[in-house]
Amino acid sequence: MKELSLNILDVTENSVKAEATLVTIEIYESEQSLKISIIDDGYGMTEEILKGVENPFYTTRTTRKVGLGIPLLKMAAEMTDGTFKITSKSKEQFPDSHGTVVTAVFNKNHLDFTPLGDTVSTVTTLIQGHPETDFLFKHSFQDNEVLLDTRQMREMLGEVPLNSYEVIKWAEEYMREQYEGLYKI
Amino acid sequence: MKSLAELQAIKEKMKGKVSLREGSSDIRVVVGMATCGIAAGARPVLNKFVEEVEKAGLAGRVVVSQTGCIGVCQYEPIVEVYEAGKEKVTYAKMTADKVAKIVEQHLKGGKVVSEYVLADIK
Repeated sequence: MKELSLNILDVTENSVKAEATLVTIEIYESEQSLKISIIDDGYGMTEEILKGVENPFYTTRTTRKVGLGIPLLKMAAEMTDGTFKITSKSKEQFPDSHGTVVTAVFNKNHLDFTPLGDTVSTVTTLIQGHPETDFLFKHSFQDNEVLLDTRQMREMLGEVPLNSYEVIKWAEEYMREQYEGLYKI
Repeated sequence: MKSLAELQAIKEKMKGKVSLREGSSDIRVVVGMATCGIAAGARPVLNKFVEEVEKAGLAGRVVVSQTGCIGVCQYEPIVEVYEAGKEKVTYAKMTADKVAKIVEQHLKGGKVVSEYVLADIK
């Protein structure tokens, strides 16, 4: 992927497919490192499936819900001497606390670091395609933060669908405006 | 500064419009957004379709939606156009630059942009 924001889009699509009602996308950034966490309350994976998802050559495709998305994100992190972790609780085993957490940490100053890219576009694409799912997006750099919570938007909008053109445009501008201040110390 | 309160105004503006839009669309534009599509550049293609459909005043007739892997990953980004009573049209190797022409000529004018169609690109 050309941008990490595309990896985020791709991996978050897995959460939506796993019938998550809320997906939290968190980016913690410092001068040296960047940490991406994607946390969902979807139906999760059993230990057996989880073992396979990091391996692109894992073959029981019929039982697997994840494709190349996870290996690509893992590779992008490990290329920078960073770390990658995925944990999951399946709905069968944990009916009250199921879901999946994907965490990737990058060394920003490594030669092979992929730029984060257009996260705003990733979030608006997710809202456009999945208006029924809630997304909490948070990107912090030191003490500054960009935040979008579709649950708050829904509260204001009532019956208006989140993927209405006007709403998507608003979300885009709302985030872009916050991004203007993110790296100002 | 933008604020959440502005959504209230959008809600007021859209009163009545919502029910009108539901079920009245007769064209569906579907963008492949699996790993293959995303890696090949589907995100800007999707966003451009959303933008151009609105600009052309087609929002009531055309719905832009997303799907998973369409199965011919080497031709991604792929966009399928479904229209009631017509055969499905598959556009391959899409870019944001090709979108305006498809919206104008195909979605608005009813004429398929044949040079972007999968069969012709092969």
